[in-house]
This record gives sequence, C-alpha cells and structure tokens, in this order.
Amino acid sequence: MEFELNTNVRNQDININKIKKNAFRYSKVRGETASRIRIPGGVIDAASLGKVVEIAQKYGKGVIDITNRQGIEIPGIPMEDIDKVNQEVQSIIDALDINQEEKGAGYPSSGTRNVEACPGARLCPFGCYDTTDLARKMEKNIFPSDRHVKIAFTGCSNDCAKVRMADFGIIGMTEPQYDPQRCISCGQCVDYCARRSVSALKLVNFKVVRDETRCVGCGVCVHYCPTRAWTRSKEHYFRIVLMGRTGKKNPRLAEDFVRWADEESVLKMVKNVYAYIEEYIDPNAVEHKEHIGYMVDRTGFQELFKWIMKDVHLPEKAEVATSINWGGHHYDRTNDIK
Amino acid sequence: MGYLLNAEGFDSTIRELSKKYRLYAPVLKKGEGRFLDTDVVRYDFVTEASQIELDAKSDYAFKEFLTPLSETLFYFTENQVREADLDPKPVIIFLRSCDIHAAKRMDQMYLANGSAKDPFYQRRRDLVHFALIGCDHSYPNCFCASMGSNVTQDGYLFSIERAGEGYQSDVKDDGLQELFAANAVSQKDVVPAHVSENDVKVTVPETIPLAEIIKNSLWDEYDSRCIACGRCNFACPTCTCFTMQDIYYTDNGKVGERRRVGASCMVDGYSTVAGGGQYRRKHGERMRFKALHKIYDFRKRFGYDMCVGCGRCDDICPEYISFSNIINKVNTAAGQILSAEKEAE
Repeated sequence: MEFELNTNVRNQDININKIKKNAFRYSKVRGETASRIRIPGGVIDAASLGKVVEIAQKYGKGVIDITNRQGIEIPGIPMEDIDKVNQEVQSIIDALDINQEEKGAGYPSSGTRNVEACPGARLCPFGCYDTTDLARKMEKNIFPSDRHVKIAFTGCSNDCAKVRMADFGIIGMTEPQYDPQRCISCGQCVDYCARRSVSALKLVNFKVVRDETRCVGCGVCVHYCPTRAWTRSKEHYFRIVLMGRTGKKNPRLAEDFVRWADEESVLKMVKNVYAYIEEYIDPNAVEHKEHIGYMVDRTGFQELFKWIMKDVHLPEKAEVATSINWGGHHYDRTNDIK
Repeated sequence: MGYLLNAEGFDSTIRELSKKYRLYAPVLKKGEGRFLDTDVVRYDFVTEASQIELDAKSDYAFKEFLTPLSETLFYFTENQVREADLDPKPVIIFLRSCDIHAAKRMDQMYLANGSAKDPFYQRRRDLVHFALIGCDHSYPNCFCASMGSNVTQDGYLFSIERAGEGYQSDVKDDGLQELFAANAVSQKDVVPAHVSENDVKVTVPETIPLAEIIKNSLWDEYDSRCIACGRCNFACPTCTCFTMQDIYYTDNGKVGERRRVGASCMVDGYSTVAGGGQYRRKHGERMRFKALHKIYDFRKRFGYDMCVGCGRCDDICPEYISFSNIINKVNTAAGQILSAEKEAE
C-alpha cells in the first residue's frame, strides 16, 4: 500500500521531544505520527485490541504495525489528533495496568522499551515460569522511564524470546528433582537431554546421575519422564544474562551473570541498574539515549557489579559471575570481512 | 452394614485405621505434573483423610504397591543372599471398581500363570486389602462399562464415597463394624456408587482373525504417531511386565543387589535380543502387540480380557493416541475381514 503525503500540514508548532516521550513516533511523513501501544509480555485483551483497530480506522490509515518488541504502532495519525488519541488509548492503558502520571494524557514515557516475553508457562509445555506475569511485574517496577533499556523474559533455555539481544535477559530454569524409586531406567531423559539439551545426564548402575554443573535447568528430563521420577522444583529459578545489544558499533550477545537466581532478585537488580544509568550515562548522548552496555564498557564490570547487587539477597544456590568479558564485532575498530 | 460419616468421623476413622494398617491411596501431588504448575494424582501412603484424593481419577495405578516401579528383591555378598525387608504391617489400598478388577488380572499373571507363583509378588499381595472408592460419575476416557469392570460387589473391606457434605461407607469386614459405628453419624444401607454407562464405548471383537489383523494397515499410523514413551504401560493397572537389574556396589564389586523394575513393551529395548536384534522395531508393531495382549492373547489363555477400561492410557498419552479407539478399529477391521471371508465361501 502507499501512504499519501499529508498535504494539509500547515505551520505546526510541535514539541517533537515531548511527543516522542508521550509514545508518539517521529515519522518520515511530515505532520504525521504513530501511536505506540505498550503491551508488557506481549499479551493484550481482545477489547483493547479492538480499541487499537478503532483508533487505526478513525485516526490512522486503517493499518496496524506489529513491532519487533511485541508492541503495536498505529501509523498515519495527524499530529493534531494526538490529544484525542491519548483520550482513546486510556482504556488500553487501564486494561494493561500501565503506570501513568495523568489520566487521559497517554503514556508518560517511551524510553524503556516494551518488556518482552515468550508465551512461557501460560501456554508452552517447556515454560519454567509465567513469563507474562513477570513481564507485567517488571513493567510496574520500572515504567515510566525515559532511559533506553531493553528487558526480555523467556520461559526456558531455548530462549525463543531471544533475550540474549537485550540489556537484561531473564531465562527460566527448574531444578530437576529425581526420585530413584520411581525410575525404571528407560533412559528417555538421558536420550532427550543429549538430543534436545546439553547431555547432563547419564545412567550409572541403572539410575540417573545429573551433572549439576552442566545442567541448564531446562526441564527436558521432567518433560519426557514417563513415570514422574523427574519432577520440577517448587522454586522457580532464573538465569540472568546481561548487556546484549544490536547496533552499529559493537553488536553482541548478552553474557551470563547469575544462574539459579530468584524472582525478587531479578526485579531488584534491574531497578538498581536504573540508578547506575543516572550516574554514568554520557551527558552528551544523542537524545539522552545510550545503551547501558556502553556505560559498562567505560566504568568496567566491577562498578556495575557494585550497583546491581545493592540490597540483593540471592538464594544460596545462586552462582554469580565475578567478571564478564563481552564479545561481538567491534565495527568501530575494524570493518573487514575475514 | 452401611454408615454415614461426617468429615470428622471420616478423619478419625482413617486415623484409627492407620494404626493397624498402612493406607495406600491416590494422592494429589501438587506441581509434580509434566508441565509447570500442573499436578499429578498417584498412589502414596497416607495417614490422614485429607490426603486421600477421592474426587479425581488417579493418573497412575494402585499397582505400584504390588509391583513397585523399582524394587530391591535381595542383596548378595560373596556366598550369601538376603531377601530385602518388607514392612509386615497390612495394607489397605483405596481404589475404584475398575482397579479391583485389575487386581484380579495382576493376581492372574503373578500367581496363577503356570505352576510357579511369584514369591515377591505373593509376599506383598498377602498384606493387601481393598477399600472401594465409589464412582458417582464416569471420568473422561473411562470405558469400564464396556469392559464389565464398572461394578464391584465384594472383595473389599469397606467402600467410601462422598455423600452430601459427608461420606458414606458400605462396611463388609466384620472386624471394622465397631470402628465405623463409633465414628458414624448414622447407619444406612449403602450400595457403592457405580457408573452404568460411559461416554466412551468399545466393542471387543469376539473373534479376531489374528493373521489378518496382524498384517492390517490400521497399525501403520502409530509408526509415526507413537513416540514409544511407555506412559500407557506405566499408568495401566494391568500391565505387569518387568525386567531385572543386578547392581554391584561400586566400592566393592563383590556386594550388590538385584532389582526388579517396571518394563514397557512400547519402550526401546523391550524386544531386543542378544546380538542386537529387535522383534518389534516399529512403534505400530509395538502398539499391535500391546493391544492384542489386552484384548486377545490374555483372553485366549485365561478366558477374559486383560483391559479393564480405566482409560488411563488415553488420559496420559502425550500424543493423544486413544487405546479405546484402537479396540474399536480392531473390531471394525475384524468384522470386515470375517464378512469378506464369509462372502468368499
């Protein structure tokens, strides 16, 4: 389809910084904007989605963009309709329980990106926790904020949500519980662990031995056990990976920071890093936006560690990295293809 | 004699019973299902009435007491063998009508299948008494009425089922009349609830033209549908297959134990013989072997069908394969083969 150029634009005096922070996009079509709908965890009620359709038909061009981060953008909205659209999105903001400063004024910020989540244990047989629920808790924990932060939740080590591309990637884990009295040595857990996971299991004297250091807590053994010899731990655990990013300078995957973390620590650590950002963000950053990873590149990991661990009390099981070296290609150093 | 009990009366009855008996009952295990926050109902020992799951059908069968999934039979050293201990306290197993019928099949296989009785089964079986859980409705996938296992009139010490806010019980055992009378609200004639019809109905063919059925294409789809996990066997109250394992303790290879563990005709390795040959490599062949054992071979030997129609295999199959549907498919195929033969004559 083709968007028509908005020829009705007259001498508009619009504070572009303000509308951007109000979750309206700067568009290449002069005088037009797009309304950005946050959908924490990627789950939206049907009535709110109906409202999105209504806004797109009434103010936009009858099309809806599904964004990369599970949000929605309604393009083709004339800038003069921003106030009206803000009134319209109120029901969506209420339904999705988005933190707001003023009713009817739309979204208070858009810097911190929509919190992503795979379907997780709501739907997926492999999910180790309710990703949507935790994404919503995280949203309440940190929004509104203008800081450019990406947080993503995935239910298990498959990482379908690709959380290793985010500043904070949260990967669900279960600690498999083994009851040897229910084990008949069929070997399916050993076989599936090898074929679908990391080969952490072996049969010794016809019973299963789990290599605890190798086990990633994916729960494949629990899934395939036909007798309930393997069950999930009552506790939900998490692997926290840090500072993955895309971009021009140094795209890279997030690296492991903690494994066997608990939910409370996950929420606390992310909140803590917002204070670190205020301290270390480049004052000259374009539009006051900078990936946290670049701050860590300047301060060193140890400084981040000091801030992120403030008042965090991890479970006894938790293992924490004492140093992290990120990889990726440094395009600011070389652009050669080897 | 029948009794009405309130919740307190049931509680104290169970507490009293557990002094003399070990009580083995379906228990809801929170969070122990295959997926997160899903439960499983399986058998375990209880001491309180509140631990007994009277409402749901159990996912796994009562047979885990009679034939544990993994049981050490005896220990051995250089020149000596010593039988493993077994708690001599008698056991009451709480189970439904289909399962009492299943116990008969277990006994048939272990105690009346040829001249030898299995002593390790026998010593457990000798401890066992039954308490019948009434069924006031049929559960999904049940087809007990088709298999004739929906009614049980004797063979239990007492029955138990919900009745309004409380419970009712038909006590058959004279030794327990006093206990129930002392804890009951009132006496009443009780006939344990049973279902007389299920949504799922099967017709077991009276005559199975074996040679043709074995070659029939109806088994082919299971080559790809069945993942050979064996859940149907492990959940089945009548599957009796086991295998043996000799374990030598790693610190001293002269000492060890012999274990008997559950086996499954669906799982890899079951029909593997020396040299690596496998009699039934295809999953469809394994399905055929299992199905025909349940509705053909067993009957040929003992005069009645092995399957009791509890439907646990259908409940538990991760690939949504329905065993009751397999029975009906065999029936249809058998009918077609027989009528074609008749026409040919």
